[in-house]
Amino acid sequence: MRAFSEHTGVAMPLSEDNVNTDIIIPSREMRTVSKSGLADGLFAPWRYLDPDSRELNPSFVMNKAIYRDASILIAGKNFGCGSSREHAVWALMESGFRVIIAESFATIFYNNALRNGLLAISLHRQLIEGLFTPLRNDGAAETLSVNLDVQTVEVGAMVVRFDIDPDAKQMLLEGIDEISLTQRNAALIEAFERHDREKRPWIYLTD
Amino acid sequence: MGLESMSLTLVDKLWNAHEVQRLSEHRSLLYIDRVFLHERTGSVALRELELKQRKVRVPGHVFCTMDHIVDTTPGRSDKTLMPSGEDFIVATRSSAHEASIRLFDIDDPDQGIVHVLSPELGIALPGSTLICPDSHTCTLGGIGALAWGVGSTETEHALATSTLRVERPRNCRITLDGQLPPWITPKDLILYVIRELSASGGQGYAVEFAGSAIECLSVEGRLTLCNMATELSAFTGIVAPDQKVIDYFREREFAPSYQHWDLAAAHWADLKSDPGAAFDRDIRLDISHLKPQISWGISPEHTIDASDLIPAPADATSAEQYSSWAKAQAYMQLKPGTRLEDYSIDAAFFGSCTNSRLSDLRFAADYLRRSGSRVAPSVKALCVPGSGRVKRAAEAEGIDEVFRQAGFEWREPGCSLCFFAGGERFDDGSRVISTTNRNFEGRQGLRVKTHLASPLSVVASACAGYLTTVGPQS
Repeated sequence: MRAFSEHTGVAMPLSEDNVNTDIIIPSREMRTVSKSGLADGLFAPWRYLDPDSRELNPSFVMNKAIYRDASILIAGKNFGCGSSREHAVWALMESGFRVIIAESFATIFYNNALRNGLLAISLHRQLIEGLFTPLRNDGAAETLSVNLDVQTVEVGAMVVRFDIDPDAKQMLLEGIDEISLTQRNAALIEAFERHDREKRPWIYLTD
Repeated sequence: MGLESMSLTLVDKLWNAHEVQRLSEHRSLLYIDRVFLHERTGSVALRELELKQRKVRVPGHVFCTMDHIVDTTPGRSDKTLMPSGEDFIVATRSSAHEASIRLFDIDDPDQGIVHVLSPELGIALPGSTLICPDSHTCTLGGIGALAWGVGSTETEHALATSTLRVERPRNCRITLDGQLPPWITPKDLILYVIRELSASGGQGYAVEFAGSAIECLSVEGRLTLCNMATELSAFTGIVAPDQKVIDYFREREFAPSYQHWDLAAAHWADLKSDPGAAFDRDIRLDISHLKPQISWGISPEHTIDASDLIPAPADATSAEQYSSWAKAQAYMQLKPGTRLEDYSIDAAFFGSCTNSRLSDLRFAADYLRRSGSRVAPSVKALCVPGSGRVKRAAEAEGIDEVFRQAGFEWREPGCSLCFFAGGERFDDGSRVISTTNRNFEGRQGLRVKTHLASPLSVVASACAGYLTTVGPQS
């Protein structure tokens, strides 16, 4: 997994509630048994006027020149609801996004993001609005700085703190391979099974 | 510790019983009893494990089906309309074989939709933990399993270690008082709950459904109810198992054999929230006057009584709701103040992990038989049974003939047009009434306008040619 410690980048607003994974990447855009080749399908239903011909929708935020290098996504409530497809996270990462700041996330999406080094930050609407102006007075896009170690998002002199579970934070900071980490506790898992098998023998289908 | 503080919810009990290790205040390493895979995302997890030269730790506890990509047309093969579909099917078959896990392949008589198979074969059991790389895994809460959807990376973890590192959800109880009126189905019930609580109303919670309305539901009805807990953005949904559930598991293939039956049945009968258990959120709804529910928009929360007017954005209670309704109505091409009955449909879809079980098919077939109705000439209608077992049982009762004679296509089991599995989709821009769980933009085809409804409303609309339902008033 890719580690995450800090990141500074252009923030792109997609301030709708309930942006679902069929919008982030439709089923038909997931063409191979692989985690890559997905960037083109990101937000396909909104990004293209015609998903087949790939004619761009000029009014969709991602197609605006100032957001070409966006790496932070600003979203509303319940971002990533719907299907469990991890392709939604892979497509965002492949397109250069490293951080998503939203009012809230769907749980499966949040967990998928965490396991791929995509930092998902939940903040109250007022804090998001305080941090982020879609278009600054000078016409440029806003740039935010995120530091996971001290759990802050910064823009200019403003600093906002965010919450994250300590176990999840450690995983992200170190880019830990979660399976290796758990396998260090193989003895605990085996002990659980020995004890549990006596209480629930029907669960254990093999000897 | 006082007695009251020792009272636990059902989810707390299942959590504690599966906790291998506490990782932080809110995260635990949980034991996962069963993993179920399908060829769309399970294939990715299995392939990644192979690439990293990792083994499936307990192959006997892992199952896999073909449902998400495989065609549902009679005479199907590995080929699908989607050019790369065959790659997923072939890769899944080879990985499942390599890992020695039980695969319900295309030609297996038990093949079907993952969440239809898992209770039907006794793979998901009351009190068990089950994960699947599919958000509708919460369906299995209907039989009292702690089951939830995960991504491919977490699936790899569960396959390799028989555990997951999980953040503990908060507890929510939704008590549904009253008895469902005649003609009203579990699907109407869950659509109503989502409409009342919103599409994010369950976020962060494991939702236990309780109350007299739930006690009266059949096991299959509870599966339909819990299926859409993810549409509340809940971690999962669950119903405490009762005698109906225990009886349901007698003589199912992977359920406890006679050797362990009494022990298991006694264990299951104890699985309930303690009186006085503290729920972080406790909601009560009276459903004794519930009407048929049909969705009008692009989120399951955009749902109204079938007889209601399409709401006006001007009546929205917040700026977010205003923009959500306005956007949904532009996409769905609906005018505020009109009725659902004012809109003709192009297609009707009967199937999916929500509503493709035998009781759903029986209920709809009964209506078709009694009314003698036939599908309107302008409507494409199809029925996709949830599994090989459901299909055979329905055929033994002549249900297939009822559907066929009414003008429905009768398909092979699979996810089908719920989300254009296999590349099959409804015509661009068509209006579809569907027994499925998601009315998201483009989910059933480009610009397709999906209306979610009960099996009865879908069959009635297919025959009427417009959005409607059946009930005492009609």
